[in-house]
Amino acid sequence: MPINLTATFSFNLIIDFYNMWQYAFMRQAFEAGTIIAIVAGVVGYLVVLRRLSFAAHALSHVGFSGAAGAALFGINPLLGLLTFTMSGGIFMAFLGKKAATRDVQIGIILAFMLGIGILFINLYKGYATEAYSILFGEILGISLENVIITFYAAIIILIVFALFYRRLLFTSLDEDVAEAKGVSILTMSLIFMLLIAVAVSIAVQIVGVLLIFALLVTPPAIAQRLASSPGKAIIISVLIALFVTWVGLFIGYYLPYPVSFLITSSVFLIYIFVRSYQKLWQNN
Amino acid sequence: MDQSKFLIQASNLTVGYGDNVIWQDANFDIKAGEFIVLLGPNGAGKTTLFKLILGLKQPTDGILRVFGDLAKKGNPSISYMPQKRIIDSESRLNTIEYIKLGISGHKLGFSFGSKIKLETNKAYKALELVDASRFAKTPINLLSGGELQRVFLAQALVEEPKLLLLDEPLANLDIRREVELVNLINKIIKKNNIAIMLIAHDINPLLSVIDRIIYIANKKVASGLPDEIVTSENLSKLYGFNVEVLRSSSGKIAVLGTEGAAHAH
Repeated sequence: MPINLTATFSFNLIIDFYNMWQYAFMRQAFEAGTIIAIVAGVVGYLVVLRRLSFAAHALSHVGFSGAAGAALFGINPLLGLLTFTMSGGIFMAFLGKKAATRDVQIGIILAFMLGIGILFINLYKGYATEAYSILFGEILGISLENVIITFYAAIIILIVFALFYRRLLFTSLDEDVAEAKGVSILTMSLIFMLLIAVAVSIAVQIVGVLLIFALLVTPPAIAQRLASSPGKAIIISVLIALFVTWVGLFIGYYLPYPVSFLITSSVFLIYIFVRSYQKLWQNN
Repeated sequence: MDQSKFLIQASNLTVGYGDNVIWQDANFDIKAGEFIVLLGPNGAGKTTLFKLILGLKQPTDGILRVFGDLAKKGNPSISYMPQKRIIDSESRLNTIEYIKLGISGHKLGFSFGSKIKLETNKAYKALELVDASRFAKTPINLLSGGELQRVFLAQALVEEPKLLLLDEPLANLDIRREVELVNLINKIIKKNNIAIMLIAHDINPLLSVIDRIIYIANKKVASGLPDEIVTSENLSKLYGFNVEVLRSSSGKIAVLGTEGAAHAH
């Protein structure tokens, strides 16, 4: 079902957006989507640099249990998400440094936590819908309360990110030298894990647990292929995340397809385009 | 004894993990501007010595003084160039960005206005010093092994350190690149009175420039002049492997590893 059966696309984007924004749920979707795209684009760059996309993915699954548990006990699922991902993030920061060992450990926790989530969902009466929206995102059902929580979470993420930006970057690109310069690897790892924990929690509202990569990994992965400096990479990554979120919402308003699907496919198309362009014309 | 003369002073220094001693009772010192090569078999604890100097590891016994004080983390007068660097092949970051990390990577917040320009200029100067200015805008993943080493040397030099710790900078370089890098390093440190500790396995390209050798083997640390250390007998003992040192009529030395273990371990 399209979001709005009577809506017609007019080729005048201003009028289109004006019409969409008559609806509170569309306004809230655009607000939350914009905030989350900015955060995902920024934090996601470090996820890609640190090669921690699997950890980010696992955190979202840990968040699934949190959201399901919260739903079961009648608490706002977003708060359950935040609590679980942040605890999971702290735990992961202390895991082994070697990627191979770390990934196995993370995978084991992921499976365990997902199992708990399934138990929670099973015990919860509103089984199907709640599980569906946590797994695949439900941006159109986002409440004003969650937009506000998302906004404050984003502000905190961006402030912490700005404060530790250079240290995070240094430890991501050149860990041994950063350590020799007195930067604490463990502290940066903790800060980073908490940043992705919060970013994942709010992004789940849009694309869901299963599609988290679309916002947190693909845009920065594209940006990394294009940018000559970290600053530029972050800007490109944010622009791509913003663009695909808006495109997803916009098309979803007229067509009977899920917004998450529209976001994941448009960002994938951009990735394919950039890769083939570089392959064909720049020999990379 | 005038302590300020020494950059590094180790007295009865012992290091290990738990009950496991890596090496013990080391006594040595390093003066400003000295070129020192660290020799020793793999796993003897050469990199561990660097970690002690950088304050990343604590000695289990003895005292290590760095610039007169006990070793501490984040000393701006020391630069470290690790052996392995991971360069992401997907990333297109410019070389100059890596040099800038050496200036401000450990700081909080952002640089603004004139400070950005200052840092950029500093980064360019460091690249110039190692004759790599032309790589400033090259994506770092496109550089060759020798070019990368020069760029990382620039990163290590950018904050004008007094002591450079280089962990196997000559590994994976061909003979010509080895000699070029050694001569470049020597030129820079002599001009700026920088002391250097360099870990190497092949001593040949370094023989003409080094002041002293520190060797670590069999849980002991000793130092001496190249002529004293680089003898067939000493090196064979050090590596537990037959090593032959040949001297040509022009004074050039060649170190050869030959078949068979000298001392079984």
